[in-house]
Amino acid sequence: MKLVVDRDVLAEAVTWAVRGLSNRPPVPVLAGVLLDANDEGLTLSAFDYEVSAKVTVDAQVDEPGQVLVLGRLLAEISRSLPNKPVTINADGHKVEVTCGSSRFSLQQMPTADYPTLPTAPEPTGAIAGDVFTQAVSQVAIAADKSDTLPILTGVRLQIEGDKLSLLATDRYRLALRELTWNPTESDADQVALIPARTLSDTAKALGASGSVQIALGSAAGGEGLVGFEAGQRRTTTRLLDGEYPKVTSIFPTSVDTVSVIETSALTEAVKRVSLVAERNTPVRLRFSEGQVAIEAGQGDDAQASEAVEATLTGPELEIAFNPQFLLDGLGAIGTSFARMSFTQPSRPAVLSGQAEADGDADESYRYVLMPVRFAS
Amino acid sequence: MFVAEGSFLHADLDSFFASVAQRDDPSLRGKPVVVGGGIVLAASYEAKAHGVRTAISTRVARRLCPDLIEVPPTFTAYVDASHAVFEVFRDITPLVEGISIDEAFLDVGGLRRTGRTPSQIGAELRRRVKVEVGLPISVGIAASKFLAKIASAASKPDGLLSVPVGSELDFLHPLPVEALWGVGKVTAGKLHERGIGTVGQLARLDRETLVSIVGPGGRHLHEVSNARDPRRVEVGRRRRSIGSQRAIGRGRHTAEELDATLISLVDRVTRRLRAGERVGRTFTLRLRFEDMTRATRSRTVRRSGAGTDAWLATGRELLAEARPLIADRGLTLLGISISGLDESDTEQLELPFDTREPSQLDGALDAVRDKFGSSSITRGVLVGRDPGFEAPLLPDTPKGRAR
Repeated sequence: MKLVVDRDVLAEAVTWAVRGLSNRPPVPVLAGVLLDANDEGLTLSAFDYEVSAKVTVDAQVDEPGQVLVLGRLLAEISRSLPNKPVTINADGHKVEVTCGSSRFSLQQMPTADYPTLPTAPEPTGAIAGDVFTQAVSQVAIAADKSDTLPILTGVRLQIEGDKLSLLATDRYRLALRELTWNPTESDADQVALIPARTLSDTAKALGASGSVQIALGSAAGGEGLVGFEAGQRRTTTRLLDGEYPKVTSIFPTSVDTVSVIETSALTEAVKRVSLVAERNTPVRLRFSEGQVAIEAGQGDDAQASEAVEATLTGPELEIAFNPQFLLDGLGAIGTSFARMSFTQPSRPAVLSGQAEADGDADESYRYVLMPVRFAS
Repeated sequence: MFVAEGSFLHADLDSFFASVAQRDDPSLRGKPVVVGGGIVLAASYEAKAHGVRTAISTRVARRLCPDLIEVPPTFTAYVDASHAVFEVFRDITPLVEGISIDEAFLDVGGLRRTGRTPSQIGAELRRRVKVEVGLPISVGIAASKFLAKIASAASKPDGLLSVPVGSELDFLHPLPVEALWGVGKVTAGKLHERGIGTVGQLARLDRETLVSIVGPGGRHLHEVSNARDPRRVEVGRRRRSIGSQRAIGRGRHTAEELDATLISLVDRVTRRLRAGERVGRTFTLRLRFEDMTRATRSRTVRRSGAGTDAWLATGRELLAEARPLIADRGLTLLGISISGLDESDTEQLELPFDTREPSQLDGALDAVRDKFGSSSITRGVLVGRDPGFEAPLLPDTPKGRAR
């Protein structure tokens, strides 16, 4: 195998392909990245049984062939090379990487032991890259970071015809984003539970492309997998197994109090006030006519308070939240104004966005937040 | 003549459970009585005179003392008696640090201005506990907590001993090393091997030598053997963990039996958490095996809680992970404790995924048990099972709450 490839193109491709690889994989060959020089250029693949990644880049192939080398090492080398064409040349048990006057010689790993990647999936549908990236980031924040209940570390992706929804919850908050997409078949109907971290990484890496294709079910090259493809990048991820909690009952059926607040003003105020909120202690929000008063700290501890302009519909209300959970939601709505709906101080609150102070609610994204009970 | 006295009182009820039994049944007075079933939980002084000790089996106790009278424990009576005794303590001074259900430290330094000496206050305390509650109590008085505790032990039964300021070492140094709080069988053995029998001999060792003999605890022993103990009486000190354990006997136990034992332990401990309005973060499973070796397994959860269901899930995970160990070595005791305790005046609520809310169920069960007793309602899997021995405990009063 012998080829010449642009330094930036190589660095970007290897870095993306090996991003999920472990330094200490269960089987040594899984630390490798497979380089395949062919008619289309250079294809790089990595696979750890959970996640597979495959990317094809332009390269001048002088001699086709396949080699397997340590993925993270190749990524580090390619990132630190000078900005000149890179030559990759397989020679016996070694792989020579040369760039300008730099020369690296890497050990080849046995390709015979390398597992076959899941086959390239046929897409179930497509979605604009930037929309997908934003939607995933809005939802993934609510996924459980600990693994006490593994299914809650996932994002639940549901497809019904041209409707796509993403949902995640860690039992204390729940984020739901609903949007339309372009299904290949108009009667597409699928549910998949995708590990939130992998989905976030994938969405960030693929979102820069114009369109992301998503493949589910048998189209993904096997049950239990989801495939994403954008440009020359393809990736598959193993799905989480298990029954997701029934979430339909979470959304309050009625609303008593609604307040609309400028998102940035509320965010800044909560950040400041929460400086005095020690571990496990909440920020308290008191909604009254024309304003919301934000307070934290009690008794002998440090205290802080601040008021922010807010509209009020319905009865006044005092409610307390974990400040970080509230800030996560405010950061995710992505609109100038935040709309908060309540029933009681001990019941879920719903946060959604709206473009104008007196405009209509945008319910394509909803962040349901469970309050903190506190002794007053 | 004026003898300066220390301001710390250690008040300790004598043979608490046995004294309550003798108080409530005049026919038991003056007779060797033990409280227990299977093992001796408390022995009256008449029984102790025959060599009967706490924690030996009642079978052994009967051999030591053929006239022995055994009575079953009546825990509600102990809790009531303890409340009444602590009322007396708090009537004397607000500076009361409860150590357990039957002993406490009192700081009476502030009462000097009333013109009464600590000895007079101690005598009044003993008289009031006798008259108002009907129980004998011993009092030790000294300039430090640990010395007051040693003095009360030395004054028993039904005595009062004050160690005057300045003569601490005269009192302390002739005592055997076992008199020190924190010297158990193992440490005492290590000291005896080196010919150290009295506190005085211990005090003459330099600190590094002592640490090399008994380990890091030697630093503390060095201090206290020289009568140095700067600790104050801490009011409102709260437990740092809450736990419970059950001996389950030898032989094979099915997974269902172990699970039922775990359920009853979790039920009991989480109920106590909620009663004290506290939440915990770390669950520890304690195991004792047939060869008497022990192991612990613990897990810290992301959010503090007091709910039975959540802690039971954690406990089951740990028990499942320990299953190979249990199969290999045979389990004879299962215990749990929940630590990392915090006040639960704030609690992050969970989204209502189920129509049934576990916290409401816990609250309802607690209310039923508070009103009708802990055996009034139980889980199906626990029906017909021995609920085990539930020791009465010093109430864990929520902060800022009058009892």
